[in-house]
Amino acid sequence: MDDNRLFAKGLAFPPFEKSKREPHASNPGGSRFMRYEAPSSTKAAVTLLMKEKGKSAILAGGTDLLVRMKGGFIEPDLIVDIKRIPAMREIKKTASGFQVGAAVSGNELGRSVVKKAWPGVVEAANLIGSKQVQGRCTMVGNMCNASPAADSVPALVAAGAQAVIVGPKKKRTIPVEKVSTAPGRTSLAKGEIVESLLLPKRPPRSGDAYLRFIPRSEMDIAVVSAGVNVVLDAKGVIKEARVALGAVAPTVLLVAPAAKAIIGTKLDDEALDKLAAACSAACSPIDDKRGTIEFRTKVAGVLAKRAAKIAYQRAGGK
Amino acid sequence: MAYDTNYTGQKFKVVGTRPLRPDGVDKVTGRARYGADAFAPGQLVGRVLRSPHAHAKIVKIDTSKAERLAGVKAVITSADLPDLTNGDQAMYDMLVNCMAREKALYDGHAVAAVAAIDAATAKKALKLINVEYKVLPHVTDVDEAMKPSAPVLHANMFTEGVEPKPAKASNIAKRTEFGHGDVEAGFKEADVIVERSFRTEQTHQGYIEPHACLANVGPDGQGEMWVCTQGHFVYRNHCAQLLGMDAAKLRVTASEIGGGFGGKTHIWAEPLALALSRKANRPVKLVMTRDEVFKASGPTSSTSIDVKIGATKDGRITAATATLRYQGGPFLGIWAELGAMTSYACYDLKNVKTVGYEVVVNRPKVAAYRAPSAPMAAFAVESVVDEVAAKIGMDAVEFRIKNAAKEGTKSSYGPTYGPIGIGPTLEAAQNHPHMRAPLGKNQGRGMACGFWFNFGGQTCTSLNVNPDGSVTVAVGTIDVGGSRASMALIAAEELGVAYENVRCVVADTSSLGHNDMSDGSRVTFSSGMNTVIAARNAKKVLCQRAAKMWKIPEDAVTWEDGHAKPAGANAGDFPPLSLKEIAAAAANTGGPIAGHNEFVADGAGVSFATHICDVELDPETGATRVIRYTVIQDAGKAIHPSYVEGQYQGGAAQGIGWALNEEYVYGKDGRLQNAGFLDYRIPVCSDLPMIDTVILEIPNPNHPYGVRGVGETSIVPPLAAIANAVSNAAGVRMTHIPMSPPRILKALDDKKARKAAKAKAA
Amino acid sequence: MSGVHVSTTINGDPIDFVCDPDEPLLDVLRNRLGLTGAKEGCGTGDCGACSITLDGELVCSCLVLGAEAEGRKIETIEGMADGDKLHPLQRAFISNAALQCGICTPGFLIAAKALLKKNKNPTEEEIRFGLAGNLCRCTGYDKIVRAVQEAAKEMRGA
Repeated sequence: MDDNRLFAKGLAFPPFEKSKREPHASNPGGSRFMRYEAPSSTKAAVTLLMKEKGKSAILAGGTDLLVRMKGGFIEPDLIVDIKRIPAMREIKKTASGFQVGAAVSGNELGRSVVKKAWPGVVEAANLIGSKQVQGRCTMVGNMCNASPAADSVPALVAAGAQAVIVGPKKKRTIPVEKVSTAPGRTSLAKGEIVESLLLPKRPPRSGDAYLRFIPRSEMDIAVVSAGVNVVLDAKGVIKEARVALGAVAPTVLLVAPAAKAIIGTKLDDEALDKLAAACSAACSPIDDKRGTIEFRTKVAGVLAKRAAKIAYQRAGGK
Repeated sequence: MAYDTNYTGQKFKVVGTRPLRPDGVDKVTGRARYGADAFAPGQLVGRVLRSPHAHAKIVKIDTSKAERLAGVKAVITSADLPDLTNGDQAMYDMLVNCMAREKALYDGHAVAAVAAIDAATAKKALKLINVEYKVLPHVTDVDEAMKPSAPVLHANMFTEGVEPKPAKASNIAKRTEFGHGDVEAGFKEADVIVERSFRTEQTHQGYIEPHACLANVGPDGQGEMWVCTQGHFVYRNHCAQLLGMDAAKLRVTASEIGGGFGGKTHIWAEPLALALSRKANRPVKLVMTRDEVFKASGPTSSTSIDVKIGATKDGRITAATATLRYQGGPFLGIWAELGAMTSYACYDLKNVKTVGYEVVVNRPKVAAYRAPSAPMAAFAVESVVDEVAAKIGMDAVEFRIKNAAKEGTKSSYGPTYGPIGIGPTLEAAQNHPHMRAPLGKNQGRGMACGFWFNFGGQTCTSLNVNPDGSVTVAVGTIDVGGSRASMALIAAEELGVAYENVRCVVADTSSLGHNDMSDGSRVTFSSGMNTVIAARNAKKVLCQRAAKMWKIPEDAVTWEDGHAKPAGANAGDFPPLSLKEIAAAAANTGGPIAGHNEFVADGAGVSFATHICDVELDPETGATRVIRYTVIQDAGKAIHPSYVEGQYQGGAAQGIGWALNEEYVYGKDGRLQNAGFLDYRIPVCSDLPMIDTVILEIPNPNHPYGVRGVGETSIVPPLAAIANAVSNAAGVRMTHIPMSPPRILKALDDKKARKAAKAKAA
Repeated sequence: MSGVHVSTTINGDPIDFVCDPDEPLLDVLRNRLGLTGAKEGCGTGDCGACSITLDGELVCSCLVLGAEAEGRKIETIEGMADGDKLHPLQRAFISNAALQCGICTPGFLIAAKALLKKNKNPTEEEIRFGLAGNLCRCTGYDKIVRAVQEAAKEMRGA
């Protein structure tokens, strides 16, 4: 069945609509032996995924997976529900920062200690879908859908967040920006699951922010978005910065020149203009049902400026 | 029986109050049953296979594999729906739309359907149907479709309404023209002329409940259908005709309806469900998915409109013209015609001419959407009216008041108006505090007027007085927004009983004569008037019975305050008899007491509204927020004011969505890209402010209580009012609806570029 | 497909059902359990008409698998009134004419109840954003917001 559901909830990015599935592809009967499993450990989940010969899908919040299944874009033979794995439900404060389990919902994250340290990340995650969706959706699910328009990802990338991946082999940790390789594609191998996300510990005088543009006030996919994370020195000068953009390229972009434009400044107007210009220059979107090239390119700069101001203020800058 | 439908100016006891609606408890507890909430023994699940192509010849359909799948009970194609339309082109178009025959005419056009034991099996079966298509060139844009080079949808379509009849087939189905006077002469008298072209994109009614029905046809040729519809009698008539059944043998019961706004005045998949049921000999439940609703049911037209208005410096419009091109999907519609009729209905014009072109394209069949066609025409006309006013330096409201139609005005579409409300709504707007409230930075205010004809139509109603003195009103008009409460109020008013003692139900098609649909804002007007008449007929019977009980002549009894009373001192001295007492004695005085009426309700009063809107723009992103909104509309008489306000607010909200964000987006492949509530953006709660309402009551002389329709007019002004507000805030005229952020940002950037170029040249 | 056996609690009652592994909870409620108060407006989490609570969290039942309900507590519109006593929100929706066609009403009531549980005295803006996941096409939301304000006031005992 063909419809736009693949792109629902930020699953993929319309400019790269390469999914020209045959509208009535032959898959007579579909999967006849579909199974639902809810293992209680990560190890068991990995084993299930490794053993499955057909297609498997990981169910965290399900707010993307069920939409894809309804649209007929995916017909898994095995659904592995990870919500009954205790480790995946936890938010831990560690020596190096925070660890957020893969099955932590938006609401749980919003109520957690992470909010104070990483307000931009939590706000981004809490923008996904509706209040109803917030009761279910997860940052890891949002990331693994590999949509360039995913709300939490630019904020995570700006934050320098890492994904902890478990699988049949050794546990590995990679930067969030390395998870998605293309719309709807990730660098995960068969049997691998993202178990959690690591957010670094906050130094003093640090702040982050995320803003997206949507035509309505709620319930939309980002047409363009920006995440900014800054650390200031004692004088209020930006000494570290990371700027990420969403929905302007096949994957979320970490824009080094944009960060460079504001490092060493107190975010004066000139720095802001340079930031906006660097962001716009990094964009390579195309026209689609949600926005135009022109619009995305321009508004990427506008949002980056606005997000930078909020992040700067949160870091204590004046 | 003789009855008086003229306005009586009576004082009301319960009409105009706000009692609780009778279906309220069911609807807040989840008990109310909608289209998809019914079940029948042994029911199957129906699903429809739809064309993935915008335009394609159907070479072959092979259903054999699907038929062999275990659990599949019936598969149908157009072969199962033979053409029984007997040369009736409108019925034939309906048949073709329900199931494609030689060609698929749009993305989502039904080509086959299955009935199976469950949804999963039905879904599998659809995949096993093999359709061989020959893809044809397509056209989805209204202006493109009119070009001589456009792919032609129907080789037998020759433009109607032009002389001589064209020799070449085209996508221009029909031309219509309205107006009077001499526009050329009128433009010569003008000091100022403004001419502009506008575009509006296609929008959907966006009812939250998808089309759903439960069809059951037995081998004896008798059938039943439970369906969400705005007109179960019309659905019955159309389905029966397409399936070759007697209307009497198809009993249709209307479910509660989860929104329609015109979209449920047309049949879509119902004939397929009936055909599947007939073939499978089992009940079939067919519920559309949301993307089917968008792709294959009921959007309104996209349009392209040119407007030219001339005026003198002192603010008199001397001439006005409009050319309106509306696409109707792949079939001839009446949409441009309605646009051409409504364009200038608000104004008293000496010279006016409007021309409408009905255009066919490879998009779904257009259905009525709340005051169909009027909002787009009003957008174009009211934008230019604002611009002309600005050019002659006159206040926009003042300019409209100067040119407003009034009693005795010959309307631009023909008839001469009786007492109407355009002037009063404009004066109310002028005096409304909203008009004088200060505006902040990046904010703009706009206002606009709107008109809708309203409709009367065929109506058949029964009112039964039960033995215990309670009253049942059986109507054949679907309750889309609280009309059962209004009917009960009217019956209570007439009979002099308490509102709580009256229950109004929507009867099925076997219980009443034909009723037209709940469309044209006609229900409270026509079914309401019919309830008045039925109640008055019942009162006559009640008086007869009292006369019998008192053993005096019938004409010696009158009805007052819910009681039969002797007409005068000569009639005798009897204590009044209550309705309850007369009802209790009915078995001995002649049996059941009832009042009926059936008629065509003529004289629906035309309706006008003026809206005021404030917006705030984000000049860096083009985002717009409506920050204040006021609706002023003439209701004639508000029977239940809460639900009148609800109609005003709901229409305004739909108009706001249309003005700012809603639109069908088609790809180059002719396929709809946003067939869902995620990317077809209807307003959410946080998008809107409170919507203030002012109900004016200028009685309709053709209704005993003065009622006019109220449901549709409220969607007519918003596109224009918001466009005027945005144009005022942005300092640039917006001519393309929706005014989505990319369009606004581009307009602002273009303005800046023009300014810069001008400065450079200077 | 092999069915999944699920034991769950719905509106306080113990309920067992068998469903397909990929069957949304909404379909289970409506088609297997006869609880048709939750409506399918979109099936993709965009309209909120199928809102329920799952272990107290507001969710769209179209985005939950029936199989996930094992051991959980579900509340639907059918369980909102206390016997013949309507919930203050239910009363306020009727008295404020906050429904026209009523198809979105069950979802709005469930969402509004969840909102008032978290925030006893929400501002108009908080109500509007709190209910942004529920689409209504009839009312323009005006009377819905007023009904929630009135019910909130009553529930606070103000």
